[in-house]
Amino acid sequence: METMLRASEVSKRFVLHNQGGVELPVLTQASFSVNQGECLVLNGRSGSGKSTLLRALYGNYLVDSGRIEVQADGYWLDIASATPRAILQLRRNTIGWVSQFLRAIPRVSALDVVMQPLLDVGGDAKQAKRKAQQLLERLNVPSHLWALAPATFSGGEQQRVNIARGFVLDYPVLLLDEPTASLDSTNASAVVELIDQAKQRGAAVVGIFHDSQVREQVADRLYDLSTQDATVQG
Amino acid sequence: MTAMNSVISKSGPVQQKIHGQADRPLLVVDALSKLYAPGKGFSEVSFDLYPGEVLGIVGESGSGKSTLLQALSGRLKPDAGSVLYRGTVKGDQGDQMNDLYGMPESERRRLLRTEWGVVHQHPMDGLRPRVSAGGNIGERLMAKGLSHYGSIREQALRWLSDVEIDQGRVDDMPTTFSGGMQQRLQIARNLVTHPQLIFMDEPTGGLDVSVQARLLDLLRRLVNELNLSVIIVTHDLAVARLLADRLMVMKQSRVVESGLTDQVLDDPQHPYTQLLVSSVLQN
Repeated sequence: METMLRASEVSKRFVLHNQGGVELPVLTQASFSVNQGECLVLNGRSGSGKSTLLRALYGNYLVDSGRIEVQADGYWLDIASATPRAILQLRRNTIGWVSQFLRAIPRVSALDVVMQPLLDVGGDAKQAKRKAQQLLERLNVPSHLWALAPATFSGGEQQRVNIARGFVLDYPVLLLDEPTASLDSTNASAVVELIDQAKQRGAAVVGIFHDSQVREQVADRLYDLSTQDATVQG
Repeated sequence: MTAMNSVISKSGPVQQKIHGQADRPLLVVDALSKLYAPGKGFSEVSFDLYPGEVLGIVGESGSGKSTLLQALSGRLKPDAGSVLYRGTVKGDQGDQMNDLYGMPESERRRLLRTEWGVVHQHPMDGLRPRVSAGGNIGERLMAKGLSHYGSIREQALRWLSDVEIDQGRVDDMPTTFSGGMQQRLQIARNLVTHPQLIFMDEPTGGLDVSVQARLLDLLRRLVNELNLSVIIVTHDLAVARLLADRLMVMKQSRVVESGLTDQVLDDPQHPYTQLLVSSVLQN
C-alpha cells in the first residue's frame, strides 16, 4: 500500500519564556511512516510526547526541525514548513482530526456541527445531512438532541458529536486523539468499527489510545515514543 | 533512520500546491510603517490576504493594531511601504493590483463606500444618528448607484432580518436601539453592498457577554456564507479563535508572531504571545 504520511527526524522542545526560559525537550528525531489502510498507534508513558507529536502532524504545534510530509492529491506537502493557508487546505480535504474535546460554538446545532466538514468541501446539503444523521445514530446520540447546540450536552454526548464530525468526510489521513476515552463499551466498539471502516477504504490512521483493548483492536503497528521504534502488532 | 531518508530523497523535492481558484491575494501589504513616536504606531508590517480569508490582529491596547487597521483600510496615509489591492478600481477588470495610496483619494473613498466595509467598535461611529435604520442600510446602496426606492427598501428589510433585527424597526432611528442592535445594524449597513473586504475594529468590544456570543455567531455565519475577506482587530483571544484563520500578534508597533490561529494560541513561540495566552482565565 502507498505511503500517505511520513515524519522524518522530527524534534521539538518547549521554551517557557515567562518561567525562567526553561526548555522542555519533548520530541527527539521522531521518524515513521504510515501507509494507506494502516493504523499506527503512538505509544509511550504519559509525558513521552504522544500528544505533541499528533498535534504537530495536524499543524497545531510547530516543530524545531525535521519534516512531516503528507500526500495530498498526488503531491507531497511538508506540514512543518507549510503556510497557514496550505495547512487549512489540508485540514479541509486531507487530514481529519478527532479529539475527545468538542469546541462548541454557541447556537450551532449538533447536526450542523457534524455536517459542516462536508459542506466546506462543497458537498450536497441533503447528502451531508443524511450522512450526519447516520453517524449520530451509529454513535447513539439520541435524535431529540440533534437540533440542539451541543454546549449543554453531557461530556460523553459532546465527544460522540465530535467523533461523528471527524468521520463525516472520508479523509485520506485521520488523526485520533483518544477518541474512545471515557466512552462506554457499546460506544467504544462503535468507534472501533468506524476506524476499521476507514482503514478498509484506505485511510492512513495515526492515533493515541490509552485503552489497551481498543488499542489491540485497531493497531497495525505501534510507534513507541520512549524508544522510538515502530513494531508490528500481533 | 537512513532507510527513511533514502525513501524521501527518491520522491524528489517536496512540492507545495494550493488548490482552488482563489489562489491570488486580494491584498498585498509590504513593509508598511507609520510611527508617531518610537514604539507608537506600526512598523514594517507585511502580509498577503486571500479571498475568503479572515486575519486576526491581536495585542494589547497601544500596540498599534487600530492604527494599522486605519492605514490598511485607506484612512491613514503610512510613512512607508505599500498596500496593493486587487479590485475593480476605475478602468480595469479587477485583475491588477492597485496601490492604495497611489490612487486618488476619491477612489479610496469610493472603495470604502462600496467594495469595502468598516465595522467600528462604537456602532454610532459607523451609523448616521438622524437617519432611520432602513435609511442607514439603503444609503450604501445609493452610493453604489441604486435609485429604485422600492428595491432599496426591500433589501434593507431583508438585511434587517438577516442580522436578526425585527423588520418593524425599519423606520426607527438607530439611537433608539440597544448597543447590540446598533452593532448588528452597522454590520448590515456594511454588508448590503456585498463587499469583498471588511475591516473590523473590536466589533464585540462594547457589548455585554450575552450579546457578544450572538454577534460572534452572526459574524461567523455571514463570513462563511458570503466568503468575505476580513481583517479583524481584537484583544479578545476567544473572538480571534472563533473567527480568524490566522493571527498576527502585535507588541509596541511590531508584529512579533504570526501563523495559523490555533497554532499561535496553542503553541505560542514569542515571550509576549506566551504571556498573552497564559493570562487568559481557563473555564
